[in-house]
Amino acid sequence: MEPATKTETLDIEGMTCASCASAVEKSLSRTPGVQRAMVNFATEKATVDYLPTEASPATLKEAVINAGYGVMERAPDTSAAERSAEIDRQKAVAYAKLKRRFWVAVGLALLIMPLSMLMLWPAMMARINMQWLNYALLLLTLPVLLYSGREFYVSAWNGFKHRAANMDTLIAVGTGAAFLYSLAATVVPDFFTSRGLMPEVYYDTTATIIALILLGKVLELRAKTQTSAAMRSLIGLQAKTARVVRTDGAEVDVPIEQVQLGDLVVVRPGEKVATDGLITEGSSALDEAMLTGESLPVQKQAGDPVFGATLNKTGSFRFRVTKVGADTMLSQIVKLVEDAQGSRAPIQRLADKVSAIFVPTVVVIAILTFVLWFDLAPAGTRLPLALVNFVAVLIIACPCALGLATPTAIMVSTGKGAEHGVLIRNAEALEKAYQVNTVLLDKTGTITRGEPAVTDFWTLPGPTGAAQEAGQLLQVVAAVERQSEHPLAEAVVRHAEAQGATSLSATGFRAVEGKGAAATVSGQAVLIGNRRLLADESVSLPPDLIAQAEQLLSQAKTVLYIAVAGQAVGLVGVADTVRDTSAAAIKKLQALGIEVVMMTGDNAETAAQVAGQVGITRYFAEVLPADKAGKVKELQAEGRTVAMVGDGINDAPALAQADIGLAIGSGTDVAMEAAGITLMRSDLNGVVTAIELSRQTIRTIKQNLFFAFIYNTLGIPVAAGLLYPFFGILLSPMLAAGAMALSSVSVLTNSLRLRSFDNH
Amino acid sequence: MDTTAIIVTVIGLALAGFVLWYFFFSARQTANAVSSSSGVQEVAITVKGGYSPDVIEVERGKPVQLSFYRDEENSCSEELLMPDFSIRRDLPAFKTTLVELLPKQAGTFTFTCGMGMLRGSLVVK
Repeated sequence: MEPATKTETLDIEGMTCASCASAVEKSLSRTPGVQRAMVNFATEKATVDYLPTEASPATLKEAVINAGYGVMERAPDTSAAERSAEIDRQKAVAYAKLKRRFWVAVGLALLIMPLSMLMLWPAMMARINMQWLNYALLLLTLPVLLYSGREFYVSAWNGFKHRAANMDTLIAVGTGAAFLYSLAATVVPDFFTSRGLMPEVYYDTTATIIALILLGKVLELRAKTQTSAAMRSLIGLQAKTARVVRTDGAEVDVPIEQVQLGDLVVVRPGEKVATDGLITEGSSALDEAMLTGESLPVQKQAGDPVFGATLNKTGSFRFRVTKVGADTMLSQIVKLVEDAQGSRAPIQRLADKVSAIFVPTVVVIAILTFVLWFDLAPAGTRLPLALVNFVAVLIIACPCALGLATPTAIMVSTGKGAEHGVLIRNAEALEKAYQVNTVLLDKTGTITRGEPAVTDFWTLPGPTGAAQEAGQLLQVVAAVERQSEHPLAEAVVRHAEAQGATSLSATGFRAVEGKGAAATVSGQAVLIGNRRLLADESVSLPPDLIAQAEQLLSQAKTVLYIAVAGQAVGLVGVADTVRDTSAAAIKKLQALGIEVVMMTGDNAETAAQVAGQVGITRYFAEVLPADKAGKVKELQAEGRTVAMVGDGINDAPALAQADIGLAIGSGTDVAMEAAGITLMRSDLNGVVTAIELSRQTIRTIKQNLFFAFIYNTLGIPVAAGLLYPFFGILLSPMLAAGAMALSSVSVLTNSLRLRSFDNH
Repeated sequence: MDTTAIIVTVIGLALAGFVLWYFFFSARQTANAVSSSSGVQEVAITVKGGYSPDVIEVERGKPVQLSFYRDEENSCSEELLMPDFSIRRDLPAFKTTLVELLPKQAGTFTFTCGMGMLRGSLVVK
């Protein structure tokens, strides 16, 4: 019996050329036990079939190293979905644990509090042995400290060993000091009484602080998971399986990881598209809202690209896989959002500097507070006053509010942006978009669709002919153009279909390169094309028609001439048309106080016409592609902060020159590189969304930072007892703990308000 | 001021001085990256109340692979931020998380936990 072979895939490192691949392949093939080795230079992977009895992954690796290359160790699970699932699981466990610790602390604190207040009733106190009560309180507080609060002490100690101090350091030192003082007062009360001090205990303070801080942590953790909710739902969009058509025609469901380039995949109505590809047969309407934010389904047919995670609505189709794994549109969006969430906003710089020195500084302030109270307060009360204020300073200080202020807002807003089809490259882009006061639009592809559409269909009045009535002529022209593949022909066919023209059949179709097309429809010879086509066929042009053509040409339209049976009978004017949404979007931008400027390669007349149509007053006409970046500079020289909105490769330098570049449409890679913001939906509403979102986000960040700074700069002096000499006000450490717990939650909640962002 | 007050003042000031020195001015643990056969500079970092080592020296222009092993459950260290490289990564507890980057410029780049409390730096030479 033949032993079973095993297949191993290795990630090869260090291959620089195709010949490296063959060297690796040779070395692997010569290894004993290897039956087949295939090395792909492009993917840097080797697929090896081997007999497990003679070879092993280790010997294969050795063979690769002998050939002079390396084998990359694969991380066990690298897919974003798996990683996030593992992290979510851990977080859920941590959350459950935290809640348990919180409830234990609350339960015990609820017992400790009333017991500590017994001393408020002297009659009651007289009957109780003070020392026994203190021991009872100690026993109740110990679990709060050692179970509920354990993490604070462990973390503070670990941090201390690393010369790092964090929020836990403050809590550990604060509660630790209160507890140790109380412990001493419980165990050796004589030490206090002999010095004229009351052996007071602060078990209630210790337990309540821990309970309140844990409450803050519970709320914080719950809110924090929501900041990345948008990101998690993006990752969750990934399809799990694909229905692949095998070579024998059988359809098999395979896990998405096993789908390979070139596979044929079937998608039925209501199913999710598994990965990116090109439709080979069938047609359907697809809901791409999850990627582009476009709410209307998009009609697709053979030859059109489809994207993983989009939803197939109506028809079934098959598509050929062109991208898998990290290369798909969805993965790229996830990567972009991930990167943006890891970036630093310039506005955060000060908060970062403060965070870096915050905790040790607070500890120093607390020590100084202790010393000052001890030196200045009356001898009988100086120790407890020094202690209480020392603890209050440590507990009220909240580095978390500072640390959370900016990143949480950035996380919510980049996720929210992605939901609306607005991909923000980094936090800096968001900040720049906030400062924008001028938006420069490249006309073609942004204000207009960037593809030709029929704007005029003109027929020559005069002698009646079979095809001279406009509607009929349109049918005839469409019959010819339907057979052509020229973009102008497609525009004519689309126009005819939109007009509800019935389809006639054309025979003897002939494309005349660079000129147009000819065919026979209903027995009549039909020509459609440019002027040279008609001249070649010796068709004369009546003066009316020439005049009309010149008028269309003056509007920068492309003119198609139609001749039927050797007679020129009509004209078709084709031009790039304004998107339905442009005028409204520009109006919204202007309402935001932004000046909208247009630039175009068209002549001044056409530019003026389009500008007027969408409500733009300032425009640059006849701008050569190479001058686009120059126009951005010109506006910047006027002291403006310019956002450039463009679509293609030609715009890349201008996008890069602008303070912030917005690439519109599904965008070429080049434009995406140069753009700070990519708009997945091809209309100007994305620009409005981007600017509104940036304004709301930066406003939120400013509120957060203001709150965090004010909270700490007011809270710490009050806790230190600064108000005591004037108003006799001291802050109880328990109140300080409540304030601290609420401060970071307030910042988080404020950031989460961005989730309700909607630009409609 | 009595003797006790003087003693408390002296100890307090000394303690404050120690805190400042210990957290801001004392020497840090530095590590150099080890280059693997393929030219990737590899550094293993343990995360437990801080990063050890917390100063990592690497060479410019060569890919760097940092493997962070988070040896605790404490939530402080659950996120890793390297803003200069646009990296925000969740570090699962008791797992190794690989972070790859390519330092293109020389300089000192800080990495911190989610709230900027735990700090380390990547020194690119």
